[in-house]
Amino acid sequence: MRKCSLDKLDLVFAEIAKNAELYLPVDGSDGGAVYQKWTEGTKRSEKLNTVKSPKDFFFPQTEDLMAFKTEGKSIDVIDTRKAAEDFVVFGVRACDVKAFDVLDRVFMVEPQDSYYTTKREHGVIIALACNKPSETCFCKTFGIDPKEPMGDISAWETDSEIFFKANNEKGEALLSKLSGLLADCADDAADAQKEKIDAIMDKLPLKGLTTEGFGGGKTEELFNRPEWAELSESCLGCGTCTFVCPTCQCYDIKDFNTGNGVLRYRCWDSCMYSDFTKMAHGNNRLTQKERFRQRFMHKLVYYPENNDGLFSCVGCGRCLAKCPISMNIAKVMKKMGGKASE
Amino acid sequence: MQTITRQTLLDKAVSLLNSGAVTCVLGWKKGEFDYDITPAIFRSAEDLEANFVWNDFCGANFSKYLVAKTDRLDGKMLVFLKPCDTYSFNQLLTEHRFDREKVYAVGIPCEGMADIAKIKAITGDGISSIACDEKISVTTLYADAPVVIDSKDVLLERCENCKSKKHVAYDELLCEEGETIDSNRFDEVARLEAMTPDERFAFWQNELSRCIRCNACRDACPACTCEKCVFDNPKSGVENKAPANSFEEKLFHIIRAYHVAGRCTDCGECSRVCPQNIPLHLLNRKFIKDINEFYGEYQAGEEVGSRAPLVNYTQDDIEPGDVFNRGGDNNA
Repeated sequence: MRKCSLDKLDLVFAEIAKNAELYLPVDGSDGGAVYQKWTEGTKRSEKLNTVKSPKDFFFPQTEDLMAFKTEGKSIDVIDTRKAAEDFVVFGVRACDVKAFDVLDRVFMVEPQDSYYTTKREHGVIIALACNKPSETCFCKTFGIDPKEPMGDISAWETDSEIFFKANNEKGEALLSKLSGLLADCADDAADAQKEKIDAIMDKLPLKGLTTEGFGGGKTEELFNRPEWAELSESCLGCGTCTFVCPTCQCYDIKDFNTGNGVLRYRCWDSCMYSDFTKMAHGNNRLTQKERFRQRFMHKLVYYPENNDGLFSCVGCGRCLAKCPISMNIAKVMKKMGGKASE
Repeated sequence: MQTITRQTLLDKAVSLLNSGAVTCVLGWKKGEFDYDITPAIFRSAEDLEANFVWNDFCGANFSKYLVAKTDRLDGKMLVFLKPCDTYSFNQLLTEHRFDREKVYAVGIPCEGMADIAKIKAITGDGISSIACDEKISVTTLYADAPVVIDSKDVLLERCENCKSKKHVAYDELLCEEGETIDSNRFDEVARLEAMTPDERFAFWQNELSRCIRCNACRDACPACTCEKCVFDNPKSGVENKAPANSFEEKLFHIIRAYHVAGRCTDCGECSRVCPQNIPLHLLNRKFIKDINEFYGEYQAGEEVGSRAPLVNYTQDDIEPGDVFNRGGDNNA
């Protein structure tokens, strides 16, 4: 483990930024935190987490796939991809790091999604332990420990110091470049901070939320439960929950008419939308109840069924904070699943 | 704090439900915390007793729900309406969007609703409880003592600039008749109008570039009740789930503001629900301010059946040229 004092952190950032673009959470003009490129003088946000998740780095909301240009009778197919550059993301929370595992299992299995994979290969994640979890946090429900964030490098912060530990070669390579700024320290140097985090986790209001009753094989049991009607009754059908979610991965491919050609791009889609999964025969999810059910069944049943039991919710709490009607996965789990253990 | 109590609303709802006067109640349902309240339809007295809530976080405007929720309803639905909600209620009736006979509207007083983001800006994250008495008392995981806040300091923007305490529609009113208010709601619009076009462009560029096209503004908007929105229709050619380019990004909200111009009651739901805190209400208020200036004061939803200036031709109407000639910097 290595460390430096917090007042030297800007020097660390400057050193990282010499070789790669560095992104970190800063306060946006509206008060919400947002990932922004670091330049000299950039002030790090003190907020727990960003409004949008860091999935954007690998799976942006819109991404050009290719373009077609017509001239006379010929059509040119243009590769719109740019050469990938190395980049570093600082301050990713344990929940959001786990969300990359969920996305990797979608985009990096055969046939690999080269747009996503290339960016994953070029990105280095410095994950930061959560000193002040929010009431909306429930990562522990999904076996995530906010004091042990993974990523290529894990980091812990106290009032005066920051500690770094590399978790793989990519992380080690970055830390070794910072050796002039970081001092070696014992592997248990951050333990006092970890204990403080544990103490707070025990006080979180959602600490008892359990995955009992969910997981692979539960489709028959849950699909036709009457509670879906009540839970979805006031759902507006907007896409907020899906767009702030770090694990939602559905996208649509659209052709945009540029006048003398076509720009083919993909953009996030939302199972909450009325034309999602519209097929030649029409749509198999005719009401908001069915769309709503799909979102939670996917996260809590279908995904774990196909991915060795891994749930595709990481308990980041963004949907709890942002849903216009305050309906969310925690409420669904409490209503439909096993009782919370105190 | 609110002047009317939960118990008063609960008693009213239970008695109307038990008497058979209504078959269900559209109200606010408590959540996991003290502020995450969900609009819900209550069908039994037991459900009401257990889950009905009324406090400073009951911001949701119920009027739009009446369109879908009374469509195939047997009997009547009781709906609680705050003063601002009644304007949306009337506007929807003007547009024949729901059957008035299926609704029993109870007008309730409102002292303004709290903005949880403003509270968190003061208390920080990690809220364990919020008590709404004379003042708002917030207990957090990280402070030793509760933080006590004056509710006037953390009002939603639309409540800070409340335009009316008057209920313009109800079957029964649980308070004294209120008055409309001379609010400062156009001050921010005037500030934008006073900018140079470049400054104004930069302002909106900054705001609209945060849009994630989740459509929450549209889906919460009581003026947006098209059965199939053009932006959801794959055949329309403009159905894009994300802006294809920055030009589109800027236009989506402007198009929506045009579409609701003259019908928007300034209920403020668009800005309240925006996950990116974009002050969308300012676009609508610009239209309202212009309509007031060009055609005389007009408040959408004030009366059922009123002819809005934009759809009511008179020979005295302002000429397009006059609007243009008002001056470059005023014509944003």
